Amino acid sequence: MATHFFADTAVLTGRTMRHVTRSLDTIITTAITPVAMMLLFVYVFGGAIDTGSVSYVNYMLPGILLITIASGISYTALRLFTDMQGGIFERFQSLPIARSGVLWAHVLTSLTANVISLVVVVGVAVGIGFRSSAGVSAWLAVAGILILFTLALTWIAVIPGLTAKSVDGAGAFAYPLIFLPFISSAFVPTGTMPGPVRAFAENQPVTSIVNTIRGLFAKQPVGTSIWTALAWCVGILIVAYIVAGISYRRRIS
Amino acid sequence: MLTVVSILPTTNQVQDPAIRVQGLEKSYKELHVLRGVDFEVARGSIFALLGSNGAGKTTVVKILSTLLAADAGTARVNGFDVATQAADVRQSISLTGQFAAVDEILSGRENLVLVARLRHLKDPGVIADDLLRRFSLTEAGTRRSATYSGGMRRRLDIAMSLIGNPPVIFLDEPTAGLDPEARIEVWQAVKRLAESGTTVLLTTQYLDEAEQLADRIAILHQGRIIVNGTLAELKQLLPPAKVEYVEKQPSLEDVFFAVVGHAGEDGKGSQDRQTNSSKK
Repeated sequence: MATHFFADTAVLTGRTMRHVTRSLDTIITTAITPVAMMLLFVYVFGGAIDTGSVSYVNYMLPGILLITIASGISYTALRLFTDMQGGIFERFQSLPIARSGVLWAHVLTSLTANVISLVVVVGVAVGIGFRSSAGVSAWLAVAGILILFTLALTWIAVIPGLTAKSVDGAGAFAYPLIFLPFISSAFVPTGTMPGPVRAFAENQPVTSIVNTIRGLFAKQPVGTSIWTALAWCVGILIVAYIVAGISYRRRIS
Repeated sequence: MLTVVSILPTTNQVQDPAIRVQGLEKSYKELHVLRGVDFEVARGSIFALLGSNGAGKTTVVKILSTLLAADAGTARVNGFDVATQAADVRQSISLTGQFAAVDEILSGRENLVLVARLRHLKDPGVIADDLLRRFSLTEAGTRRSATYSGGMRRRLDIAMSLIGNPPVIFLDEPTAGLDPEARIEVWQAVKRLAESGTTVLLTTQYLDEAEQLADRIAILHQGRIIVNGTLAELKQLLPPAKVEYVEKQPSLEDVFFAVVGHAGEDGKGSQDRQTNSSKK
């Protein structure tokens, strides 16, 4: 059955991609909401936030990109949950296919859908004045970190997708993830925050990822923050993958 | 003895049962759903597993289709052990679950093409068009299956199960929630299946459905098969005294309630239902 893994996963990914392209609201939410948030921050709140010599759109784009991913993966959980409820998951599991392909199809779809949303958001950012002097290698590094972050969050999304009891439960886990960038260096320099909040903001995963991407865009040395960011992403990915695997096996025992 | 069959499943067709279940047990936490289930299904026959809600019918089907592991006992499908030869079992079966397992966002035709591709068959489009015609869905084929009626969705569901001509098909409550007309459509589809030599195991709580379709009927009650036989055999189970008072032949419904008994059924049933829904 292993020989069919790639063929089966490709067929199943084609199926879930159709779910993305055929339901308009997933496209709207994953791309339009972060864009609206970006416009709000740049043209309404941004003027009151002091980011030194850096233009505000340059300053906050990394955070917006992470919010894009966090809202995108909630749809991965919903799509998986719908499969579990409707019985089509059981149909796939009873077919002579590579079983793990069913989960990987959702993961690859999540990755593709999020990359599309990210490209749209970056496009709009360029339209409203985002500029970067980063070279090809820095852009590739940004893409790599964002893909790793998407992968880590996607495997988190698989867990409620497999275990949730209701649609609300399957989607609700994403709210704290969407909220996390607000208590980080994403929109406001952490120096302005009171002690305990600042301590949290400076030591949570989003800040290191945001600082790394911001540094790469600005062609500045990223120092140790890139290693902290990678460690967070890989760590979250491994833990989420293991827990998702346990949840999956529990469903079939 | 069965290893021979596992190499050449077609040669011993007549002698070897398509499904053999021995001493099957399964518990969900505290609840002992199956307490030692035994039955056999002959090749090319329709076997009905009858029982009230929460009797464990779906659990049996899930174990046989390798979706759930049994706690004890053995089960063989098409000569393959469900625990140790799961991949071979999946090659031999199709499952039509309790809820029509169609992709609502895809059209009927796309659903069929999807399954044909996953079974690695040539010309998935040709297979899909052929099945759409056989199940009178050609016109609706390009429409999203979300727009289908309950009967159409069930027909599509069964059509998806036929792709690749698996020798054994499981139908878990195939007519639950359907109107009478749609039920008859599904019954006809099941009968045609058996005529073409496919072994069908269906679960139902409708007594007339078992009476209409099944060659053999087994009643699953409180985790065990308490009766197993042909309709004629089951009818003989009633005490002869009853025949003197009743003009008509006893229906299967009479037999069912005579062997199962009314008492304790409601409480048990609702408890089981709860467990089922929390499991999902």
